[in-house]
Amino acid sequence: MNSVHDMGGMHGMGPIEYDKNEGAFHEPWEGRAWALIRAAGQFSRGRRKNFRFELESIPAADYLRMSYYERLLKTMLDRLQAGKFITPSELQNGRPDPGSPRETPRLTPAMVEEQLKRRGSLRRDDVRVPARFKNGQHVLARNINPVGHTRLPRYLRGKRGTVTRDHGVFNLQDTDAEGYSLGEFPQHVYTVRFDASEVWGPDGGKRDVIFADLWESYLERA
Amino acid sequence: MLAPADAGQAQEPRDAGHQAVPSDPALRVKALESLLVEKGMVDPATLDAIIQTYETKVGPRNGARVIARAWVDPAFRKRLLTDGTAAIAELGYGGSQGEHMVVLENGAKVHNLVVCTLCSCYPWPVLGLPPTWYKSAPYRSRAVIDPRGVLREFGLQLPDEVEVRVWDSTADVRYLVLPERPPGTESLTEDQLAALVTRDAMVGVAKVTVATGGTA
Repeated sequence: MNSVHDMGGMHGMGPIEYDKNEGAFHEPWEGRAWALIRAAGQFSRGRRKNFRFELESIPAADYLRMSYYERLLKTMLDRLQAGKFITPSELQNGRPDPGSPRETPRLTPAMVEEQLKRRGSLRRDDVRVPARFKNGQHVLARNINPVGHTRLPRYLRGKRGTVTRDHGVFNLQDTDAEGYSLGEFPQHVYTVRFDASEVWGPDGGKRDVIFADLWESYLERA
Repeated sequence: MLAPADAGQAQEPRDAGHQAVPSDPALRVKALESLLVEKGMVDPATLDAIIQTYETKVGPRNGARVIARAWVDPAFRKRLLTDGTAAIAELGYGGSQGEHMVVLENGAKVHNLVVCTLCSCYPWPVLGLPPTWYKSAPYRSRAVIDPRGVLREFGLQLPDEVEVRVWDSTADVRYLVLPERPPGTESLTEDQLAALVTRDAMVGVAKVTVATGGTA
């Protein structure tokens, strides 16, 4: 999706707002919001729409205006509404609807640390898929512009790079226009090195390089 | 409205007829919490446990211990640079958003900088949750096109001959920068060294110095 979340290389976003002493949460409400996202998010598990797709689907102007936690919270609430766990009137009134069923929390205090330690790897060590590219091989990032979720940033499309590392086989994360997975398509993910001058032309730093981790189907032989 | 869709605080809420809940995010989150608790979906004790975990157990102090160990133990440093995930697990760190760790060594000739242009991907087990600037549009947009300008904004001016390597975390690999050990720290213990290592240095927007130590 060519929306504003894919912002690598854009100008005009202003200076970096840097707080040297920022703790785990910049403001206390962010901690509360994050905890709500983790805890109530358990009710949206098993939904097949890609979470990143839903984040990226926030209209661009809203996306830029909202903070990270506001975007996550909005996406989580949309999911809870889609799953009929909460209703628009409840969100408006701040109270459960009369006669609404009472749920049981799905995340207990005792589960918190275990949940964080859980590995959520997408790597498919269980399947053998031949690697199409080797380290040192020159590749071209394909010029694709899908309306669904993709992990090939716009600024690298059509650019030439060199494979520097093979990370093994992972499921593809790309989705269709509705946010549903295109399928697992297990394939190798490579780190690809791009010279800044290839990506940005004469405006790229002469001694700058960019590395990105790219699924094999984003690449072709150069 | 509890939904943060109309998060623009400067904006008039779209349905101004329903302003029972204020637009301030802190109050909105508070109201949302009481709704979800009342519906039985969330246990407030779980929320406290989550916040406490991120404030005390998962954060850049973990990464700082990894870096200090690498500075004092050459064999560990080698393992860390070869298989980051396994070496970091030796210190007990791992899990969500740290499944595939790659450690990048900063030195006199090469400076590494980590970004996630598409989202805000970050190595939670060793650095905790990302700071606001890492998630912000200015950093995500410019780190790849003007890394030296970004570093200057953080107060770090690199010589022209240093190669700057920007790592865009586009897939499942998460990156941790191994900063240079500052000179004059030969007599420090591993714990004292860990206290010097900052989050910023482990993302690559700063160097570790003796004067400005202290893990954020």
